[in-house]
Amino acid sequence: MASGQEHPVVRVMNLSKSFEDKSVLRDVSLEILPAETMVIMGGSGCGKSTLLRHMIGSLYPDSGHVELLGQNINDLAEEQLNELRLKFGILFQSGALFNSMTVGENVALPLREHTDLDEQTIQIMVKIKLEQVGLRESIDVMPAELSGGMKKRAGLARAIALDPEIMFYDEPSAGLDPVTTAEIDQLITDLAKKLGVTTVVVTHEMASAFRIADRMAILDQGHLVKVAPKAEFEALRSSAATGDQAMDTIRQFLRGESQGPLTARRSSTGYEDDILSVV
Amino acid sequence: MNEQKRQASVLQLIGRKFLNGLSSFGGTVILLGSTIRWSWRALWQRRKRKGHSALATQIVRFGVRSLGIVCLVQAFLGIILALQMAPALSPWGQQDKIANIIGVAGFRMLGPIFTAVVLSGFAGASIAAELGSMVVAEEIEALEAHALNPIRFLVVPRVVATFAMLLALTVIADLMISLGGYLTSLVVLGPRVSAMYWQRMQDQLRLRDFVSGLVMAGVFGLLISLIACHQGLRVRGGAEGVGRATTNTVVYSIVGIIAAACVFTAIFYVFGF
Repeated sequence: MASGQEHPVVRVMNLSKSFEDKSVLRDVSLEILPAETMVIMGGSGCGKSTLLRHMIGSLYPDSGHVELLGQNINDLAEEQLNELRLKFGILFQSGALFNSMTVGENVALPLREHTDLDEQTIQIMVKIKLEQVGLRESIDVMPAELSGGMKKRAGLARAIALDPEIMFYDEPSAGLDPVTTAEIDQLITDLAKKLGVTTVVVTHEMASAFRIADRMAILDQGHLVKVAPKAEFEALRSSAATGDQAMDTIRQFLRGESQGPLTARRSSTGYEDDILSVV
Repeated sequence: MNEQKRQASVLQLIGRKFLNGLSSFGGTVILLGSTIRWSWRALWQRRKRKGHSALATQIVRFGVRSLGIVCLVQAFLGIILALQMAPALSPWGQQDKIANIIGVAGFRMLGPIFTAVVLSGFAGASIAAELGSMVVAEEIEALEAHALNPIRFLVVPRVVATFAMLLALTVIADLMISLGGYLTSLVVLGPRVSAMYWQRMQDQLRLRDFVSGLVMAGVFGLLISLIACHQGLRVRGGAEGVGRATTNTVVYSIVGIIAAACVFTAIFYVFGF
């Protein structure tokens, strides 16, 4: 944690969430400070996207709450939540562009709906935002004609249309080639560092995570097992196994190894008993 | 033991179906409330009125594109009615009453009901598939994240367009079913039926026949669009969920149309309308 005196921009307090009988988040607490880039990591199904959806007010927790810019979003009425939503942007995993609109119309939509700008100014703003993500020439293209990386960049242009104070990214590099991933990472870093945007990234791509993070958090089976500056995770990744189960689990994840506590957990699920019970 | 288990699973299945039906019904009613609230706000708030182009798009999509099919189906109905009534009426020398029968049946019931059935495929299935795909592609979540209410942004234009188009198409349907009957009289049934066709229809029909058909058309329009939006927005589970929502929309819409027609006919009958 940084100085400890700054007021966190995002504060997750004792958040728990279950879907039917499956517990997805268990007593998760996390604070994200102004202008920092927090990367939340974890394997598939560990609850990181669920945590992100709680942060943006898409899901309501079973217990605990989320504060954004000092406001408890779980206590807000829809109108108030919508006011707050104008201050943050989200890049969804698929880009989530509106397929019935061109790229330019997608970016223009938040400006048309939430500002009183005239159409000429909106067009200029759209070009500026698209230029920022290197897509100005695709302004009249329909989303279906874009590649995966271009969709994400267009989604990013739309997300920053209203100059948000906080940016959330859900798996920004999922399904992209390494060069496009690096480009997206660079855009995320530029936005965070040049414009001072507080950034929350959910990913399981290690290379990306280490490139963009100031601090990192690891989620495992719904628990937040470690939150620390990037340097600490780098040190942990390059250190030798110690026998400490929790640290070895994180180390295996950071290194992306096929052998270790994570895979041992998966292979001890009573496979033999399951097979024998059929006979 | 197995028998008990089987009975329990049958009961569970019935219970689950019942609860699903109840949830669909409740969800559709809640959606109706939200749609009315957002439509009302759209009428009075300048910024929320920007949806006129979205409305025009939907009107073209459902109304204009289904016009040809509606005309064709209704003309066929007119022909069928004329051809089926003729042999039944001729022993009594009442063949010229075909115009009266087509007028009442067409304006009060067949016009609105068959237009609604066509639109449940044209508008209903298409709305459910479109909104369902938007759910799967995270577009609905993206709308909410941009502080744009999906009901105002997606549901209101579709409901208003389907409602308005069903009214307009029903007027055209009434004309087409009458025209179908007339052409059959002219070509097949002979001058005894065709000569006084329009006059007899005019004598028979009252304003209430036309209005009661339009009232039903309006109700059908709301039913189809709300069922479709509700089914589309509650899609879970990718492409399979979208397919299920589309099928459910058509099935629920047609059942809803017939049930609503039955209820309204009973009400009109009781009140002599």
